[in-house]
Amino acid sequence: MARISRAEVERVALLARISLTDEESDRLVREFDSFLDYIDTLQEIDTEGVAPTAHPLSLPTPTRPDRPAAAMNVELVVANAPEAAESAFVVPKVIDTEAEG
Amino acid sequence: MAEGIGTLRELRAALDAGETSSVEIVSRCLQRAEACQPVLNAFVGLRAEAALREAEASDARRRRGEVRSPLDGLPLAIKDNLVQSGELTHCASRILEGFVSPYTSTAVEGLERSGAIVIGRTNMDEFAMGSSTEHSVAGPTRNPWDLDRAPGGSSGGSAAAVAARIVPAALGSDTGGSIRQPASFCGVVGIKPTYGRVSRWGLVAFASSLDQIGAFARTAADCAWVLEAIAGYDDRDSTSIPEPTPAYSGALDGDLSGLRLGLPREYFAAEGANAAVVKLVREAVSELERAGAKTVEVGLPHARYAIATYYSIANAEASSNLARFDGVRYGHRAAGAKGLTEMYRRTRAEGFGEEVKRRILLGTYFLSAGYYDAYYRKAQQVRTLLRGDFERALESCDALVTPTSPEVAFRLGEKTADPLTMYLSDVYTVSANLAGIPALSTPCGFVDGLPVGLQIIGPALDEATPLRIADGFQRLTDHHEACPGAFA
Repeated sequence: MARISRAEVERVALLARISLTDEESDRLVREFDSFLDYIDTLQEIDTEGVAPTAHPLSLPTPTRPDRPAAAMNVELVVANAPEAAESAFVVPKVIDTEAEG
Repeated sequence: MAEGIGTLRELRAALDAGETSSVEIVSRCLQRAEACQPVLNAFVGLRAEAALREAEASDARRRRGEVRSPLDGLPLAIKDNLVQSGELTHCASRILEGFVSPYTSTAVEGLERSGAIVIGRTNMDEFAMGSSTEHSVAGPTRNPWDLDRAPGGSSGGSAAAVAARIVPAALGSDTGGSIRQPASFCGVVGIKPTYGRVSRWGLVAFASSLDQIGAFARTAADCAWVLEAIAGYDDRDSTSIPEPTPAYSGALDGDLSGLRLGLPREYFAAEGANAAVVKLVREAVSELERAGAKTVEVGLPHARYAIATYYSIANAEASSNLARFDGVRYGHRAAGAKGLTEMYRRTRAEGFGEEVKRRILLGTYFLSAGYYDAYYRKAQQVRTLLRGDFERALESCDALVTPTSPEVAFRLGEKTADPLTMYLSDVYTVSANLAGIPALSTPCGFVDGLPVGLQIIGPALDEATPLRIADGFQRLTDHHEACPGAFA
């Protein structure tokens, strides 16, 4: 019995905004299975009351003066876009598509 | 083929003696890079014209007596995940096809400021996710010591380019061993500094709490020079360490007497590593003892959970970081999609390779409602315990000494079918990233003609001690001078 169903893999793929072929979904069900079994070794460890690490060093958060500075060259930034109009990125219509997710 | 390139220190001496010019050195590098490319595939792009122009400017500075630093006029390569203004950066991925950076990363700015010359970008696993440089849209890089084997990864192009004497040094990034493991497989020196020592501004993010930029070279002394150019506080990276950069070169005095070296028993266990690899590492330890170092056995009880901890955290952070590749602002966009969601999904399906998709999906699962505590938070808690192990171990010694990898370079294709076996190749390197502490790999001999790396791990903020030990070891041995036969 797989730990994670095909429907669940497909739900995660929608969350991650990646479309999968049937073949990829089947393979991922198997790979999730062996990977989750491996990760589960962590459940052996008692971590009651242990603070999670987000940053490995205990250093103070540095601050800096809030001073105005030149922004990046907008033309160069927009030049990388697959589709742009003046200084804006162009995307497909948003309405009518959100029912999916 | 153009003759192999010397070390940074050899080239500096030749420049200072007036025996050569930066233009001559850079031309030779570019010729050798071209000649080696069909065999090694170490580069994804060269910037010949710009590099030669910069070499001319450096030669003019030298004639005027205005040399900026020891690196002025010397060539380096950078990994394809570090941006440089006006240059392509692809992260070896289809999704970043055609991306020209509008700005320069802090690390590359450091090279430019010191007068060093970037000759090109090196191949890597897509988005630095891999341990073999096989997951690249540009095809795999080959190991100069055996062309049927992987150079390690993800910074395999940088390691191979230094090993094949194409460049004297190169930059890489190390999230779980991506500098040290390829350094070990290719027989060169590779250092990952303390987390935050080198600014991550302009490094394409993979796992932000683990990523760190570092250097490859043929000697520890050359690595010190590169690190001095790229390290330092940067207010554009909030995790950058607000401390002055130590003078690494000044610490390399060759004196190993009285140093206390910790040998983690878990890293020398019989079931873990190739016995011939462990034997060479033990011989290296004996060499250091003969030079006056003392050894002490230490324990890292949570070390066996490092890979599971690492892949939980790295995949979760990657899924979040790679959300930005959506076909809107840069790179590839799928054609003909009806609506925004379909455009995102098809762009990402077409643009990312198999391994990157696998990791994004696992990471998304770990961070999804109902699973966050069981996976991401749990791994962050185990990370705290593992950090504690290292802090305690480093109280009783100055540095830890271990094998860099449990094995020598594996064959191309040997591990691509089973992702988990590929992940286990990083079993000795991921912990330094989890603990945020500096670590390097330096050559310590050969098994069946393939290089073996000795890993030296120091306490937080102290890159100087591992560099000093590696430099001392190199004064006593010649493993780092060996050159792969086909590239001699």
